[in-house]
Amino acid sequence: MAIVSPGFHGRRRADPDLPPGQYLTTDFPVLSAGPTPRVPADRWQFTVTTETGAATTWTWADLTAMPARDVTVDIHCVTKWSKLGTTWRGVPVSAFLEDVDTAADYAMAHSYGGYTTNLPLDDLLDDQAWVAYRYDGDDITPEHGGPVRLLVPHLYFWKSAKWLRGLTLMLEDSPGFWETAGYHDYGDPWREQRYQGD
Amino acid sequence: MARTAIPGRLTWRAATVTAVRDETPTARTLTLDVPGWPGHLAGQHVDVRLTAPDGYSAQRSYSLASASPTVELTVQVLADGEVSPYLGTAVKPGDQLELRGPVGGWFVWRPTDPAPVLLVAGGSGIVPLMAMIRTRAAAGSRTPFRLVHSARTPADALYATELARRTRDDAGLDVHHVWSRTAGRLTVATLNTHGWPPDFAPACYVCGPTGFVEAAADMLVALGHSPRLVKTERFGGTP
Repeated sequence: MAIVSPGFHGRRRADPDLPPGQYLTTDFPVLSAGPTPRVPADRWQFTVTTETGAATTWTWADLTAMPARDVTVDIHCVTKWSKLGTTWRGVPVSAFLEDVDTAADYAMAHSYGGYTTNLPLDDLLDDQAWVAYRYDGDDITPEHGGPVRLLVPHLYFWKSAKWLRGLTLMLEDSPGFWETAGYHDYGDPWREQRYQGD
Repeated sequence: MARTAIPGRLTWRAATVTAVRDETPTARTLTLDVPGWPGHLAGQHVDVRLTAPDGYSAQRSYSLASASPTVELTVQVLADGEVSPYLGTAVKPGDQLELRGPVGGWFVWRPTDPAPVLLVAGGSGIVPLMAMIRTRAAAGSRTPFRLVHSARTPADALYATELARRTRDDAGLDVHHVWSRTAGRLTVATLNTHGWPPDFAPACYVCGPTGFVEAAADMLVALGHSPRLVKTERFGGTP
């Protein structure tokens, strides 16, 4: 089905850095489902819980004492905007999994405020995902998920959970908040996996 | 958290524009005929895809403005936008475009929901909230509804005539406007006076530009509303 709108020309040509169906933005739109939780950094905690219930917890002081990386990545929101070349500082998620004994293939990210999102554990390893605490050279503001958010830029940005408080490792996949509301379980922007069934 | 399963694949459908009406000098409503439309919930949105003669295509999301099964989109024209000027000024009855949806199972209101409802709209963020008001009327619901709508001036307010009529005819619907150019921004006092007491545990829906939504949602929480009952959606117009 190709319906052509003769009067529509569009302003932009295809940009190789933009996944299909995305448009470029230079500001930083906000998407969230409810009020913004305010979590003071000195009360922030991050807990990794395995499928057997074994839990390990880090504080803000623990986090900021770990070896961090500065990364520059493109981010793609399912609401169609993409922002290129964003800079973050964070600790690779794999650093929190080094001493964890697990057979899990999936993880559920949990946020302050109750938000959840599911990801394959493999997508959190290596240089793909960070527990981020600085954006563009500054603290991450609450509306953008501060003090600490997940950063998984190769998936649609709803997978990069704001106000991150924990990861629960799972043997089986299970849908999180938006995934339950009709969005894709994996969410690869380059395959345009926006909604269930895409 | 609400659980709404949307099974199956959302396919692109051909939609034909059947009517166009001006809402304000910069906003128009398109009525669309969408064969096979499965129906929608108040608050859901659709994706629209336009394809130029050379094959270039662009997608945007728009909230549904109408009660199901009617499919209406209200498009606020952004002067530097890519899609909204076409939909908001050029498209005419008989034209076709592609659409898929409905999408979204969170920012929705169902006539079976028993709680009183507070709608807080900033500018064109009223669109999905208007779908709730229209759905309530279409269902004959008696659920108490209050709308607080902030717009720059009366000339900028979407659906003003219809809201005036509904305030008169739809029992249990109250509407309060805030004209921000003269009265300033939405305040806690306004939400306190024209909202519901937190004790009533109303379902609160807030939609508008990011700054408006952040401020209004914070005020509702400060007034004592449970964050779990405050649902937000950003809608500042899409380019």
